[in-house]
Order: sequence, then structure tokens, then C-alpha cells
Amino acid sequence: MASAREIRQRIKSVKNTQQITKAMNMVAAARLRKAQERANASRPYAQKITEVLARVAAQSDESIHPLLAERPVKNVAYLVLNADKGLAGAYSSNVMKEAVAQIAGKENVHLITVGRKARDYFLRRGYEIDMEYSGFSERPTYQHAIMLAEDLSEQFLAGNYDEIHIVYTQFFSPLLHKPVTMQLLPVKAPAGDGAADAGEEYIFEPSAAAVLDELVPRYFETQIYAALMQSSASELGARMAAMSSATDNAEELISQLTLSYNKIRQAGITREISEIVGGAEALK
Amino acid sequence: MDKTIRVEIITPDRLLLSAEATMVVARAIDGDIGILPNHAPLITSLAIWPVKMKFANAPDSYIAVCGGFMEVKDNKITILTPVGEMPSEIDVKRAESAKERAEARLRKRSPSIDVARAEVALKRALARLKAVAMTKLHLK
Repeated sequence: MASAREIRQRIKSVKNTQQITKAMNMVAAARLRKAQERANASRPYAQKITEVLARVAAQSDESIHPLLAERPVKNVAYLVLNADKGLAGAYSSNVMKEAVAQIAGKENVHLITVGRKARDYFLRRGYEIDMEYSGFSERPTYQHAIMLAEDLSEQFLAGNYDEIHIVYTQFFSPLLHKPVTMQLLPVKAPAGDGAADAGEEYIFEPSAAAVLDELVPRYFETQIYAALMQSSASELGARMAAMSSATDNAEELISQLTLSYNKIRQAGITREISEIVGGAEALK
Repeated sequence: MDKTIRVEIITPDRLLLSAEATMVVARAIDGDIGILPNHAPLITSLAIWPVKMKFANAPDSYIAVCGGFMEVKDNKITILTPVGEMPSEIDVKRAESAKERAEARLRKRSPSIDVARAEVALKRALARLKAVAMTKLHLK
């Protein structure tokens, strides 16, 4: 059995760890709230742009925008969104499981990673990575989405990739999120709400093709932005849950240790008393 | 007939502005376009330039937008732009130094610089400065 001193030290170290996990839990909770606010703030833009694109695509025959064009698929690229930091429970391994399931058994697969966890995972397993980004998984901004969109469309238009998919984590609630795969390029034009717009003829200035030229890349950016934000909210949610259960575990461990510490202390006191009593008896 | 038209400017981060205007002038990629209340449905791409708005009982307002597009429908204008700022939010010093930087880059024309990028940066800076200058002019 450990000595009282050892147990005391152990309690102290668990308490320190608990303080850290508690702090991380609170930080993740605060950031998650902000991430959700940002996600809500970005919704009107994404909705409107989808609406407008659906309308333009429905009304123009010139929907042969280069980013919409489908072609025989030889090279497929996967954009994998993952975390920069760990300590988020099964978050990053879930993303990697989904990504590996997607690429398993396929040839000519190219990988583009966001976040250190995704990069490290693939490098350790000997995969080749075409492009990698990191440093913004927790707090993505629209600028990051623009950067990714530009790099990806450049590769797509150059013919290096014929199809680009994104693996990200869909956010339902702080405790519920699941990794999904979605096709990014060629862009699938959203279907319009049809009947509501039937009677309306739009004027396109200067032409439908010119508007489409501007619209499709913007739509592409918002899709990436939405995926980045869902992933960041999921990461923070996962971290929050992991840290709160770590804090609870530390609490439990501390109470067990305190109990055995008290038992040892009491045993020591009892022993001392009996020694004193024994000594007094002997003097009689 | 309505005398005003609803204007909403939306960026990916927020709803920048929502107001009732009497007239809106925006710069499309092929020239200025003015929208009055009850305009026919229209969709157009925008250039990097301030959008001018006239109100019934308030001074004109200028808002710098960096590209994007404008949709007019049911007496409502929706402007979607990747980057947009209210004049009060624009950092004039920063815009000026960005303008000088971009101009210097374009003057040198060295092969190492991205000309298209510098041009866009210059346009953005000019749009911001213009928005601030015009707003000041109208407040006097």
C-alpha cells in the first residue's frame, strides 16, 4: 500500500490535470458558442447564393461553366478537413476512418489535407499528400475558404483532378456529429424551387453566362466555408465533451484517493494511540 | 406603387445592411446601373466599387463592396458580396497604405509579382477610399 505522502502527491497531480481539463472544457464551450453564432450569421448568404444559382441555372442554357462540366473521371482528389490539435475524443479518428473508407481500393487518388492531424495521419501511413493547409481548423474565416477554393479550382481547371470530394464532419449538436463525404467539383447546380419562379423572367446584366461566371466560384467558396465551419463546430463540440468527461473522471479519482488517504491517516493515528496506551501500561 | 425599395447587403459573416432606399446605384461589371423602386427582376455581377444608396430622409450612403452580385426581385435588392464594409468601419490609413503598396508593385512589373492580384488589391483600396470620401462629402 502506498504511503500517505505518495497519495497526497498523487491527489495534487490529479487536481492539476483536472484544472487543465476544466479550463479546456470552458474554452471549448465558449469557442463553440462563437462558432455557432458565426455559422448562423453565414446562413443567409449561403441560402441566397444557392437560391440565385438555382434560378440562373434553371433559366440559362449556357450552364456549361467550366466548374460545372463533368468529364470522364481518372483522377479523384479528396479534401480532408481535420483538427490541428488532439484532445477531442474520437473526432479526428472518425474523420480519418471516413476518409480511408473513401479512398480504399481506388487508384489515382490525390489527397489534400486541412489540419495537422490529417496530414500526420497520412504521412505516417505512407500516403502522398498533394497540398496541405493547417493553422485554422478551429477558427476558419471566409478568406481561408477563398484560398482553398482558388487552389482547388485551379487544379481542377488544369485537368489535374477530374473530381474533387470533401470529407468533413457534419454538426448536429455539440454531442452529435458525424463525418460525411460530399462532391465539391464539378459543382452540382442546386435544383430550383421550380413552380414559384416559373412566371418570372430575369434580366441578366450583361448576360447569363457572365453572371454564372461570377456566381459559380462564389457558390463553390460558400460550400467550402460551410464545411469548414461545420467541422470546426464539431471539433469544438467533441473537445468540450471529451474534456468534461475527463474532468468528471478526475473528480472521481480524487474522491477515491482522498478516501484511501484518510484510511491510511486514521490507521496511523490508531496505531499511535495504541502505542501510547501500550507504553503507559508498561510504566505501571 | 411603392416609393422605396428594400436593400439588403449580405456578406458571408453577417447581414451588413438592411434599409429602405429610394434609389440604388451599383457598378456592374459593364458599367453603372441604377435601380429605382419597382424594378423588373434582374441579376447582375458587381465590380469592386462602392454602392450608392439614396434615402427619403437621410444623407446618401456609400458602402464599399468587393465584387459579388445583385439580385432585384419583388421590389427588393439583395447584394451578395464576399467582402463589404460600412464607411465607418473602413480604416483609411490601412486602405491608403494598401493602395500605395499595390501601385508600387504595379509600377515595378517585376515577373515575381502577381499582376492580377495587385490590381485587385488596388481596386479594393480605391473602392474603400472612395466610399469614405463620398460619405464625408455628403455629411458636410
